[in-house]
Amino acid sequence: MKQTYSGPVTIVGDNIDTDQIFPGRFLELTDPKEIGALCLCGVDENIAPSFPQGGILVAGRNFGCGSSREHAPIALLNMGAGAVLADSFARIFYRNAINLGLPAVTCPGLRDRVAPGDRVSVDLEAGTVTVESTGEVLPCDRMGAQAQRILEAGGIKPLMRKRVESGEIG
Amino acid sequence: MHAIEKILAKNSGKERVVPGEIVTAKIDFAEINDLYLQTIYSFYEMGGKRVWDNTRAAFVFDHYAPAPTIKSAANQREMRQFAQENGLKFHFDTQCGVCHQVMPEAGVIYPGMIVVATDSHTTTHGAFGALGTGCGATDMACILMTGELWFRVPEIMEVRLEGEAPDGVFPKDVILHVLGQIKADGAVYKAIDFTGSYVEKLDVAGRMTICNMAVEMGAKTAYMQPNQAVLDYVSSRAVRPFQVETTDPDFNYSESYVFQVGDLEPQLACPHSVDNVRPLPQVLAAGEVRIDQGYIGSCTGGRTEDLAQAARILKGKHIPPYTRLVVVPASAEVMQACMERGIIQDLMAAGATIASPGCGACLGAHEGVIAPGEVCITSTNRNFPGRMGSTGAEIYLASPATVAASILNGRITDPRLYLKEEG
Repeated sequence: MKQTYSGPVTIVGDNIDTDQIFPGRFLELTDPKEIGALCLCGVDENIAPSFPQGGILVAGRNFGCGSSREHAPIALLNMGAGAVLADSFARIFYRNAINLGLPAVTCPGLRDRVAPGDRVSVDLEAGTVTVESTGEVLPCDRMGAQAQRILEAGGIKPLMRKRVESGEIG
Repeated sequence: MHAIEKILAKNSGKERVVPGEIVTAKIDFAEINDLYLQTIYSFYEMGGKRVWDNTRAAFVFDHYAPAPTIKSAANQREMRQFAQENGLKFHFDTQCGVCHQVMPEAGVIYPGMIVVATDSHTTTHGAFGALGTGCGATDMACILMTGELWFRVPEIMEVRLEGEAPDGVFPKDVILHVLGQIKADGAVYKAIDFTGSYVEKLDVAGRMTICNMAVEMGAKTAYMQPNQAVLDYVSSRAVRPFQVETTDPDFNYSESYVFQVGDLEPQLACPHSVDNVRPLPQVLAAGEVRIDQGYIGSCTGGRTEDLAQAARILKGKHIPPYTRLVVVPASAEVMQACMERGIIQDLMAAGATIASPGCGACLGAHEGVIAPGEVCITSTNRNFPGRMGSTGAEIYLASPATVAASILNGRITDPRLYLKEEG
């Protein structure tokens, strides 16, 4: 299982709600590529087109608040985000992200210590985030056992498929 | 234990549960709305074959009702086919209304149950002493396959609401005030139990409005101990026998907040966040706020009682030229009741547009979206940038009475002005 993620950061603010991540007027879309192309267009339409593959989104408090739309993590994944690091997350977004295999990592204070384009590396096992330009190391929260188990499997879908294949689910 | 813990314990086959514990609980009812075609995709991706119980899951087509685009119609068509193939006993197509209104009306919500829906406002059902929580498409697909979902047992905080609301102060004002104090992330991962003398006397509609907005503080679920009004409502509708759970007297909340409802004035959540809440007179003192559109509707503020609040102010009057008022009843049953009471007629005579029951423009999909530079005052639940249309528009959240008074005057207005006049 992948335990480390690194990439250049894109920074957004506090209380970035799911309407800003993926506006309601596009909710009828079902194609992941189309969904990814509109990611964060409620904040800035220029974020998705220039987002680097494997880039890391850094946010403030309560990232993903609002609606339960799974379009939000689908959009982030298909925009190319490798992980989202935030001061804190709203719970439905957090569950949806982990279910789809998108690491959502709580790292309080990181946003104030990075500039756009800085590279950071996240080590989930060690529970650290390193800002590569300054060498500063910040602690990040270790995930709960359940979230870790799902993320390690690559999301809830492979886990469920295993349960179906083993005959546990009819 | 708390009633919420008792519900989680009962449904996960345990004697007791403690906060932080992970449990796998049986889901009594699961609901999927029409934004979540992904649920069916995830269901098949994970190897799903049939819905685990065709009496415990239903689709509600409410966000795009009736379908405004070919794509949304095609999505609904796929979901409708899935529902038919699985022989789902309950199905709520585009004529029915918002899921959180339609489900209690249909009797699938009752005390002591767990309801999970693909909608964050599922906290609404705490009004009935049920555990309601929202989830995404893939969690829902897991439920459709197994009838179960894992939960972290939440810490439970108490929000005690004491006293009686003064004239012009409605349940929406109460929850906006609470939200302004506890803030948008003040209850993340927690459950909120609303207690106190105000809650004990509150009607079903008011309870639903308050529990509905618990999610705007990040709450996983909300709870209110059922009162006689709730028992009267569910006893004539519930499709299954139910058991009301009660909290043990020695239960300790993780934290408690106390609010005196009698001290409140009408409240507004100002642009662009739900917790940017100020008493209305304070907003007025800072200057006039011109309004382009009033909006009354949604799972927060589209019930009969809400439309009645507005009609009380608008009856016999007319909104000014170059403004508009969009009214979207929360359900067909609400619309019918409002027609029988003459409320729809009064609102139309005052210049309102009545749109078909559903979520309407609350999420910016259709039926009254707003343009750049416009200002909307609404009885709905979110004023995030772009929520009801353009990110260049401004949204104020208020009670239906404040919406009515404001659109009548073309600018934000204290509803007590008109309620007094009526005397």
